[in-house]
Amino acid sequence: MKAFTKIDGLACPLDRANVDTDAIIPKQFLKSIKRSGFGPYLFDEWRYTDHGEPGMDCSTRPLNTSFVLNQPRYKGAQILLAKENFGCGSSREHAPWAIEDFGFQVIIAPSFADIFYGNCYKNGILPIVASHEVVDKLFAECSASEGYRLKVDLESQTVTMPSGASFTFDITPHRKHCLMNGLDEIGLTLQHADEIRAFESRHKAAQPWLFA
Amino acid sequence: MAGKTLYDKLWEAHVVREEADGTCLLYIDRHLVHEVTSAQAYEGMRMAGRKQWRKGSVVANPDHNTPTKDWDKGIEDPISRLQVETLDSNIKEFGALVYFPFKNANQGIIHVIGPENGTTLPGMTVVCGDSHTSTHGAFGAFAHGIGTSEVEHVLATQTLVAKKAKNMLVRIEGQLGLGVTAKDVALAVIGRIGTAGGTGYTIEYAGSVIRSLSMEGRMTVCNLAIEAGARSGMIAPDEKTSAYLKGKAHAPKGADWDAAVAYWNTLRSDDDAVFDVVVEMRGEDIAPQVTWGTSPEQVLPIGSRVPDPSKESDPTKRTSIENALKYMGLTANTPIEEIKLDKIFIGSCTNSRIEDLRAAATVLKGKKKASNITLALVVPGSGIVKRQAEEEGLDKIFTDAGFEWREPGCSMCLAMNADKLSPGERCASTSNRNFEGRQGQGGRTHLVSPQMAAAAAIAGHFVDIRTQ
Repeated sequence: MKAFTKIDGLACPLDRANVDTDAIIPKQFLKSIKRSGFGPYLFDEWRYTDHGEPGMDCSTRPLNTSFVLNQPRYKGAQILLAKENFGCGSSREHAPWAIEDFGFQVIIAPSFADIFYGNCYKNGILPIVASHEVVDKLFAECSASEGYRLKVDLESQTVTMPSGASFTFDITPHRKHCLMNGLDEIGLTLQHADEIRAFESRHKAAQPWLFA
Repeated sequence: MAGKTLYDKLWEAHVVREEADGTCLLYIDRHLVHEVTSAQAYEGMRMAGRKQWRKGSVVANPDHNTPTKDWDKGIEDPISRLQVETLDSNIKEFGALVYFPFKNANQGIIHVIGPENGTTLPGMTVVCGDSHTSTHGAFGAFAHGIGTSEVEHVLATQTLVAKKAKNMLVRIEGQLGLGVTAKDVALAVIGRIGTAGGTGYTIEYAGSVIRSLSMEGRMTVCNLAIEAGARSGMIAPDEKTSAYLKGKAHAPKGADWDAAVAYWNTLRSDDDAVFDVVVEMRGEDIAPQVTWGTSPEQVLPIGSRVPDPSKESDPTKRTSIENALKYMGLTANTPIEEIKLDKIFIGSCTNSRIEDLRAAATVLKGKKKASNITLALVVPGSGIVKRQAEEEGLDKIFTDAGFEWREPGCSMCLAMNADKLSPGERCASTSNRNFEGRQGQGGRTHLVSPQMAAAAAIAGHFVDIRTQ
């Protein structure tokens, strides 16, 4: 996994609550057996006016010009501003894969759905929960000012706005450590293989039917 | 010291180690695997040269991509076919306790085959790369969906890195009226707490209404916990749970059975257990439910009218209502009973079990679908459900009523196979999500119980099953 420490990135506001994973990456793209290449199909039904299928060349597809990601001022955005319950719905990791492949590294929202939130950390994406007041302020400032950029620093857990105002965010020490160092969580867990084996023996002795 | 909740007990029984910040390594007993979210995980295992920790924990079968008719032609879509064949080869290479390949007599939706083969048991931790894994909580298991990176983590380590969620109790006392089902209970709960109401919580469902439900009904309720935002929902096991499991292929046998049941009897929240949130509802207050919008929380009792956004003061909610009405092609204040339908779908991990099919067939017996219904599908949850239904003659009732009787799979719940809605088509569906495009781009989904779907098929529009 790619490490994340800090970015100074263009923000893009997606003004919609309860954005679900079917909207983030529609089901037909889930047939792929690869982890990469989902970025062109991110928000496919909102971004394009035709029906998307895997393998299509998206550079020639008709764009929905009113959709925020298609507006030239947000080209190259790395920070997605979102509304409450972002990422609800299915467990498909294709959703963060598509978001990351498109170029976003940070998502700021008042709340996230649990499975999506966890999936972000596995893919080098930092999901930041901010208060409704802060998110509303970011949306207002971002829409009002072209080229609106935010500085996100994971070490100090701080987001700084162009005005110099800033806010801090929470993250568990474990997730912060993994994200900052781009660590492979499986490798870390396997350092405790002896403990897992010991647990497994006790568990099997207590409930042998689980291992039948 | 306060007592423990069922969730507390299941969690503590699986903690391998705990970090200072509360991050735990949690042991996983059962790993359900399907074709859509596993290929990249197995590929990761191969690339890192890792071995699977315990193949005996894996129960697998393809379900999302598989067609529901013309099985003799195989899978026509080459991309879907490759994904299913990739699962075949991964299971061949890495191994599993149970694998039902495409067209196997017992193949079905992963959340249907787990319980019906006795591979989901009380006290287990159960995970799957699918959010509706919450279904298995109906057995008093801690069960939830995971992403593909976590699928790989479980394959390699038999554990998950996790932090404990908070405890929510949803207690429903009283009794349900005639025609009101587990699906209506689950939708009413979502209507009450919202699609994010359970975020950060594990929900335990309790109360006399929950205890009165069959195992099939309990699976429907727990299946929809994720639509209330909770990764996991659960119900304490009781005599119905053990009666359902006794004799199932992989259920404990002999002395193990007695020991298991004795342990399962301890799996309940203590009387003095403390929940962070308690939601109380009465069964008598729950009417048959119909979703009108593009989120499961946009749900109302039959007999209501589609909401009017001008009456909503919260701007975010007003915009959501406006967006939903536009997508759904509905006008504010339209009575739900006047909404005309094009298609009917009875199936999915929410409502494709034998009890669901019996309930729909009871409504349909001797009747025909309305002429405006262009397609009515029944997709059984598994080969076992299909054979049982055929033995009972349910298939004949469905086909006589003008329904198509299909092969098992996820089908039009998420429309990864050929079963889908065309743009603008409106469907009464027993599935779990009414998101934009869920059943096909531009398709319009209304979530209902199997009885309500069957009654709507006959009338051509929604009707109150209680008056039929």
